[in-house]
Amino acid sequence: MHATSLSRSLVLQGRVIGALLMREVITRYGRHNIGFFWLFVEPMLFTLGVTALWSLVQHSSGARLPIVAFAVTGYSSVLLWRNMPNRLVGAVGPNLALMYHRNVKVMDMYIARLALEAVGATISFIGLSSAFVVMGWMQPPQDLATVLLGWFMLTWFGAALAIFVGAISERTDLVEKIWAPITYLMFPLSGAAYMVDWLPPAGQKAALYLPMVHGVEILREGYFGSAVRAHYDLGYMATVCLALTVLGLAQERYISRRLAPE
Amino acid sequence: MIELVNVVKRYPMRRGHTTVLDHVNLRVERGEKVGILGRNGSGKSTLIRLISGAESVDKGSVRRGMRISWPLAFGGAFQGTLTGLDNLRFICRIYGIDIASAIPKVEAFSELGAYLHEPVKTYSSGMRARLGFALSLAVDFDCLLIDEVIAVGDSRFHEKCNTEIFQKRKDLAMIIVSHQPDTIIEHCDRAAVLQAGKLHDFPDVEQAYDFYKGVV
Repeated sequence: MHATSLSRSLVLQGRVIGALLMREVITRYGRHNIGFFWLFVEPMLFTLGVTALWSLVQHSSGARLPIVAFAVTGYSSVLLWRNMPNRLVGAVGPNLALMYHRNVKVMDMYIARLALEAVGATISFIGLSSAFVVMGWMQPPQDLATVLLGWFMLTWFGAALAIFVGAISERTDLVEKIWAPITYLMFPLSGAAYMVDWLPPAGQKAALYLPMVHGVEILREGYFGSAVRAHYDLGYMATVCLALTVLGLAQERYISRRLAPE
Repeated sequence: MIELVNVVKRYPMRRGHTTVLDHVNLRVERGEKVGILGRNGSGKSTLIRLISGAESVDKGSVRRGMRISWPLAFGGAFQGTLTGLDNLRFICRIYGIDIASAIPKVEAFSELGAYLHEPVKTYSSGMRARLGFALSLAVDFDCLLIDEVIAVGDSRFHEKCNTEIFQKRKDLAMIIVSHQPDTIIEHCDRAAVLQAGKLHDFPDVEQAYDFYKGVV
């Protein structure tokens, strides 16, 4: 009895998330020009732009690491922890009409949006890396398993942060206002544009309080292998992610119970 | 069967909170058509949303022993930027209905023609009501929740509702909410009146109407 009702609710939730994914793709990208392909073309354009800029700047500052691989690994990681929360801040309002259908829950909508964001960033990362490797601008990664681990940790961090920030943004308008400056300030601190090893000891210690720095370090260790000295603590990052997940789900539950559709 | 037991619903206000529903009880059997009368702001739409499950109760419980529709109301249920057809697809997907077989049914009942390919935000309220009814009939619910919208349809729509709902689908239960007694007198077997957070249940529509006249 319990098993059947659990599997039935899983089927139901799968159906709802699938429907929300389709709807999200249509409302966000439409059926005009390249439509759905914007999902990964947009992050690709951002990453390409940043890679081009950093390559130009680096010519004058002297090379420490192959700049193309450095920029692609760095900026792709930003896409994960920044864009996922951006998509969930204030996400309930425009979707309130859909919650007239009892099976459509806030969490389903969050999962659909996060899945799209993660898939877009991942396709962009794989697509650009492959293209650069084929063109000879970038070496293939030294250790694919470590790259995957870093990518997974960054995705988890992005998703957990997104659910937490998204849910509390429904409780107070303040979150929406201060989230933009926070992400702007976090970009240079996030490890996308530096390696912890380049910092003085005090700076290293401070940088490693930021969870995403650990993720980027893991990603780059996988990419560059022994060419870099990565500093990270997988246990610390996992603990922060887990804590954020629990807090986020609790906040999501709080706002769901108080939801009032129009 | 649908059963509400001691349902309480409060909303936060600038100062404190307001109790919209104060220990409300209601029972609706399969095939029963129940009207809920009440003045503007008496909590009729809130009651409908709690029955549908779109909102959760603060206290008490709602038992849903039938397949209950979403609230057929002026707002909600549709994404305005999407076309009628895209909304149809979305609703078919979430309720697990075959899209291909639903399209001709919805086209026939809603009579929206080419408008099905236009965004729902361009529809009039009558057109939205037609789409809502057509879709909820295609999903094949056991109970329809109707929040005022029946009144916006034209005479042709009413005729259609009469044949499709009141003649062909006698087993279909309904909860109709309105501040206009006419709709409820016309369609319901019994009625209740919502006043100051309390639901006064009556065995037939006449008694409910008499009580309602005293309240208004």
